[in-house]
Amino acid sequence: MLETLLPILIFAALGLAVIGAWRRVRLWRQGRPSAVPLLKGLAAMPRRYLVDLHHVVGRDKVMSNTHVATAGGFVAAAVLMILVHGLGLAQGVLGWLLLAASATMFVGSLFVARRRRNPPARLSKGPWMRLPKSLMAFSLSVFAITLPAVGLLPADFGHWLLALLLAAVVVWGLGEMVFGMTWGGPMKHAFAGALHLAFHRRAERFGEGNRSTGLKALDLDDEAAPLGVEKPADFTWNQLLGFDACVQCGRCEAVCPAFAAGQPLNPKKLIQDMVVGLAGGSDANYAGSPYPGKPVGEHHGTPHGPIVAREGKALVDAETLWSCTTCRACVEECPMMIEHVDAIVDMRRHLTLERGQTPNKGAEVLDNLIATDNPGGFDPGARLHWAADLNLPLMADVKQAEVLLWLGDGAFDMRNQRTLRALVKVLRAAEVEFAVLGNEERDSGDVARRLGDEATFQSLAKRNIATLAQYRFQRIVTCDPHSFHVLGNEYGELGGQYEVRHHSTFIAELFEAGRLAFAPWKGGNVTYHDPCYLGRYNGEYEAPRNVLKALGIEVKEMERSGFRSRCCGGGGGAPITDIPGERRIPDMRMNDVKETGAELVAVGCPQCTAMLEGVVDATAEVRDIAELVADALVARPAAGATHRPQAEEVI
Amino acid sequence: MRPEQQGVEVAVLVSVGRHPITGRARRADQDARGLELALGLERQLPGSRVSLLHAGPRGEESEAALRGYLGMGLESLTLLEQAEGSDAIPALAEHLAAAPPQLVITGARAERGEGSGLLPYALAERLGWPLVNGLAAVEKVENGVATLLQALPRGQRRRLKVRLPAIVSVDGAAPVARQSAFGPARRAELEATSVPAEPDRELAEWRLAPARKRPKRLKIVKAASARDRFKAAAAKAEGGSGQVLEGVSAEQGAEAILKLLKEEGVLR
Repeated sequence: MLETLLPILIFAALGLAVIGAWRRVRLWRQGRPSAVPLLKGLAAMPRRYLVDLHHVVGRDKVMSNTHVATAGGFVAAAVLMILVHGLGLAQGVLGWLLLAASATMFVGSLFVARRRRNPPARLSKGPWMRLPKSLMAFSLSVFAITLPAVGLLPADFGHWLLALLLAAVVVWGLGEMVFGMTWGGPMKHAFAGALHLAFHRRAERFGEGNRSTGLKALDLDDEAAPLGVEKPADFTWNQLLGFDACVQCGRCEAVCPAFAAGQPLNPKKLIQDMVVGLAGGSDANYAGSPYPGKPVGEHHGTPHGPIVAREGKALVDAETLWSCTTCRACVEECPMMIEHVDAIVDMRRHLTLERGQTPNKGAEVLDNLIATDNPGGFDPGARLHWAADLNLPLMADVKQAEVLLWLGDGAFDMRNQRTLRALVKVLRAAEVEFAVLGNEERDSGDVARRLGDEATFQSLAKRNIATLAQYRFQRIVTCDPHSFHVLGNEYGELGGQYEVRHHSTFIAELFEAGRLAFAPWKGGNVTYHDPCYLGRYNGEYEAPRNVLKALGIEVKEMERSGFRSRCCGGGGGAPITDIPGERRIPDMRMNDVKETGAELVAVGCPQCTAMLEGVVDATAEVRDIAELVADALVARPAAGATHRPQAEEVI
Repeated sequence: MRPEQQGVEVAVLVSVGRHPITGRARRADQDARGLELALGLERQLPGSRVSLLHAGPRGEESEAALRGYLGMGLESLTLLEQAEGSDAIPALAEHLAAAPPQLVITGARAERGEGSGLLPYALAERLGWPLVNGLAAVEKVENGVATLLQALPRGQRRRLKVRLPAIVSVDGAAPVARQSAFGPARRAELEATSVPAEPDRELAEWRLAPARKRPKRLKIVKAASARDRFKAAAAKAEGGSGQVLEGVSAEQGAEAILKLLKEEGVLR
């Protein structure tokens, strides 16, 4: 009986899956067009999956092996099952291979089941709780029906009742694994995920050591193009596909600083809300952690309805979008390579550019950027007042220099002015030929862009690019990772290609070259806080640590450091939009510092300095790397000191 | 909403502003507050219509500044195009008289040009309409009579009833203007109509010089306790040594002013 039933079941499930796939593809195609090479993407997909994706999954070894066994076993078992039971090719080795594949899958599903016994809060429950059972149903039933096929059991083994029972389990397994894959069950992640990897919007991020973190520019010349994303259908189709690939593992939730601070943001829920939006409906079926303080089931949306309601509630509340610090911790952790930050900024762009609803101080900051080219509304002619006594060479005078020192808006901030003065002292000690733009410099546009004001960003960027084009320099050095990121990664699309270095990288190079010498460190324990825009955005984790090592400091690492560093709360305009939560993000970060027992936390970013120094009753002092280096400077040994003859000595 | 409350036609006069630090053209703060007041009125009284009116030359810089008002959510602005240095008052008065709105809102003082703050008064005189300055809120409009809240110094408010049409001017006491959004500002239309240029002859004769900071009377607070200091800070400006001159000739008045300026050390 099973021999006749099995091919029918298998092909019925496959047929339904094809119909479901077509329906799902139609949902994604509601999005705006996005040009990606389809065939090239499909060809690159296996490598992206096996290398890039598993590089992220592999951070959790147990889960990684579980997934290899389960997914690998399933793919092999499904293909072999079609051959063996669907087409009746049971002869020879195929049946045995099928037994092995389903057994592997079963072992994997046992580990899945084990994780689901006491699941961590970040995992979604609901339909995901039945997944291990479904995996077992599929693997066990496939194993059982293959036993007679390879001759281990007689073909007429057991009662017809047993056969009927087995058929029911086969139906369950096929239903979840094949039918459910395209009709919205938990296995949807395999189907959508594979295509998402193939058609990813940032193909350049795949491959060893590659990253793609700059936001994509809006085309402001085309007046018909939407300014940001108002409704789910305003996303590009491959962004929608990316949302649909989410496996709800909640790794993003676990690292999100806003979520931890009790602000109304949960990256996982946000992505799931976008899925609700693209399919239409309410979020009542969501079975994970909600946005803090916002009960599930009150929001609903449609592909062509607004994401943020002008009045009342729609898919997402605006404060959810404004809670994000754009620290990219979620993107870094996402095993599905989903781009949360892109989506959030896209939606912010609509709120700012179309509705003029940048919350709290947002409007004031943007007005200042438009009128004075700096967020604080300071007189642009006062940009160099902090250096009145330093006699800094101006680009306008010297026209060319080896290094262009980009000051950033920290030039108006008294705390950051100390860092800048320290940096100038270091550069002079190393006899670096540098110059500054002085009053010609403008805000890099980082804050404007992350507040969604693409128009102001592009205006600032284009004027900065025009200014920079007048001068010749080899590289830009800056102590502001935000400027570093924007100049290095986001000006390119607008026509400005520069070699940019963070000051820690540059100081490390100077030390390597023997141009700096330091007195031994006499202070206490030191830890280092990785700025998001230096680390995750630009992959610079080593240089600051090398500088600290050169100073004779042994860094006591925080539990969350390097690519897992926790944000200070200062990015993405978050201090400006200031969405209330239960805790403050910088307080949590200073607690991390406290746990290391460090008396001093070294930083490399004016935002981080401001945020961490704003913590009341902190146990550690906050110093920029440039300040530590400047304090430790000693005259270089004689060999180095004499290599540049003084001009007066030439007779 | 009570039946006798009906929508009103509001015209907001807007000018090209000037940022106090950089001098860049922008939407003028007070005019933008006036527009915010009008938009609030539109919400409060369904059926109201808000129109924007500007008289002046058309240029890239001024257009960007005017679009700042449009970005607050309006679809068009009527631009009475004039040559640089023309008198805006006759053009505005003519346009307003041709199709009179019920309420004209304007900022108290422009941020560039003369900035004398006389425009609302001159316009009211020409049109023969009542004028209320320092408006804080429009409370209601019933049967052609508006109940207004006028802002007085030190947070005081005065409720006034004014028969429409009327001109009102707003200053810093009016609600802060909403954010101007790029998309609506870009899409909105500037409906330009050329008006006969009437050169401002008086202005042409003036000699313009950069403004100097006004001398400020030093406030000497002799207070022993925090309570005294608070009282001094919160007290009304006292006339004290001032004097009221009535029925004096222009020369006598001028002499008295000159004497005071010398006493205060403004003139030496």
